[in-house]
Amino acid sequence: MRDMLKLFLAVVLFTAVSGGVLAAVRNATQERIEYQQLKFVKGPAIKKILEGCSNNPLSDRFKIRDGAGERNIFVGEFNGKRNTIAFESFGMGEGGPIGVMVAINLDTDKVVGVGVTTHKETPGLGSRIKTEPAFTAQFKGMPIKDPFKVKADGGKIDAISGATISSRGVCGAVMQSSEVYLRLKEKIIEKIKGLKG
Amino acid sequence: MAKSVVQEFTKGLWAEIPPFRLVLGLCPTLAVTKGVENGIGMGVALTFVLVCSNVVISLVRKIIPNKVRIACFIVVIATFVTVVELVMQAFAYPLFLKLGIFIPLIVVNCIVLGRAEAFAAKNGVVASFADGLGIGIGYTLALTTLAIIREVFGNGTFYNIPVFGPSFKPFAFMVQAPGAFVCLGLMLCIMNILGKK
Repeated sequence: MRDMLKLFLAVVLFTAVSGGVLAAVRNATQERIEYQQLKFVKGPAIKKILEGCSNNPLSDRFKIRDGAGERNIFVGEFNGKRNTIAFESFGMGEGGPIGVMVAINLDTDKVVGVGVTTHKETPGLGSRIKTEPAFTAQFKGMPIKDPFKVKADGGKIDAISGATISSRGVCGAVMQSSEVYLRLKEKIIEKIKGLKG
Repeated sequence: MAKSVVQEFTKGLWAEIPPFRLVLGLCPTLAVTKGVENGIGMGVALTFVLVCSNVVISLVRKIIPNKVRIACFIVVIATFVTVVELVMQAFAYPLFLKLGIFIPLIVVNCIVLGRAEAFAAKNGVVASFADGLGIGIGYTLALTTLAIIREVFGNGTFYNIPVFGPSFKPFAFMVQAPGAFVCLGLMLCIMNILGKK
C-alpha cells in the first residue's frame, strides 16, 4: 500500500511541476506567437483583401468583446476614411476548421474581400479554396445580408468542383462573419472613433 | 565509470553518432533533411531536449520509483518538447511551419528516451550533460550532412542560396522520399567502410 502511494505521488509530482513550467512558458510566449501568426499567416491574407488601403491594418487593430470571447478587428482606411474592417471567422471544412478573413465596408454593408488563412483541406482538392483566387473573388461586392451558399444549396456561389465540402466551409465562415458583423456593428463603429490618429 | 567527461561527449560525435551508428531516430532524419535549414533546426531542437531531459532525469534519478520511471521520463521529455515548440513558434515561425509535426514527435524519438533510460538514469549530472550534448551535436551533424547532400543535388541550393549556375538541372529524386533512403544507405555504407580500419 505504501509502495503504491509512493508511485502515485511521484507521478503526480512530476506532472504538476511539468504543468507549472508549461503554463509559465506559454504565458511568456503567447503574445509573440500571436504576433508571428499575424505576420506570417493572417497578415498576408489581410493585406490582400484590403488591397489599396492607405494605412497598415496590422497595426490599426483592436479587440472587441463578443459573448465570452474576444475578436481581433483590423481596420482599413480608404480615401482618408476608416470605413472598412476585417476579422477572422471559422467554418467547418472536410479536414477541420477553415479560417477565413472577411473584409466588410461599414458604409455600404458589402463584402470587400474574402481570404482563406488556415485550413487542413486535402492538398490539390480542397486546398484550392486558398490557391484559386477566382473562388474567393465571387464574394466581393455581395451585400452582407445575402445568404452565402454554394449553388448546390440554392445560393449564388460557384463551388470548386471536387471540393464542395471545402467550398461550403468557406461559405459557412462568411455566414458567421455576417452574423458577427450585424451583432457588433454599432460597437465596432464606436471603437473606430476611439482609435487614435 | 571508466570514461571521462570528454569521452562521454566525443563518443556521440563519431563512435555512437545516432542515425549512422545507433541507427535510431530515422523517421525525422529521413523526413526533414530536404533542406539544410530544416536539418539544423531539427538538430538544435533535439539537442536542447536531449540535454535538458538528460540533466533533469539524472538529477532526480534517485527519487523516481523504478516501476514508474518510464512514465516520469516521458513527462520530463514531453515538457521540454512543448517548451521547444512554443519557443519555436514565438521566434522562428516559418521554421515551425516547415518542421510541423516532427517537433511534437520528438517526444517519442527513440534517441531521447534511449539516452534517458540507458545513460541519464544511471550516471551523474555532468556525465549526462556531456552525453546529451555529444549525442545531440552528433545528430545535428548527421542531419546537416544528409541535408547538404540532398539540398545541393536535389535543389541546386545551399541554405536556399543557389550554388550552381542557372544551367543546373536539379536532381529532384534526391529531395523526394526514395532519395532520402538511398542517401542514408550510402552514408551508412561509408561510415562502415571508414570504421573498419
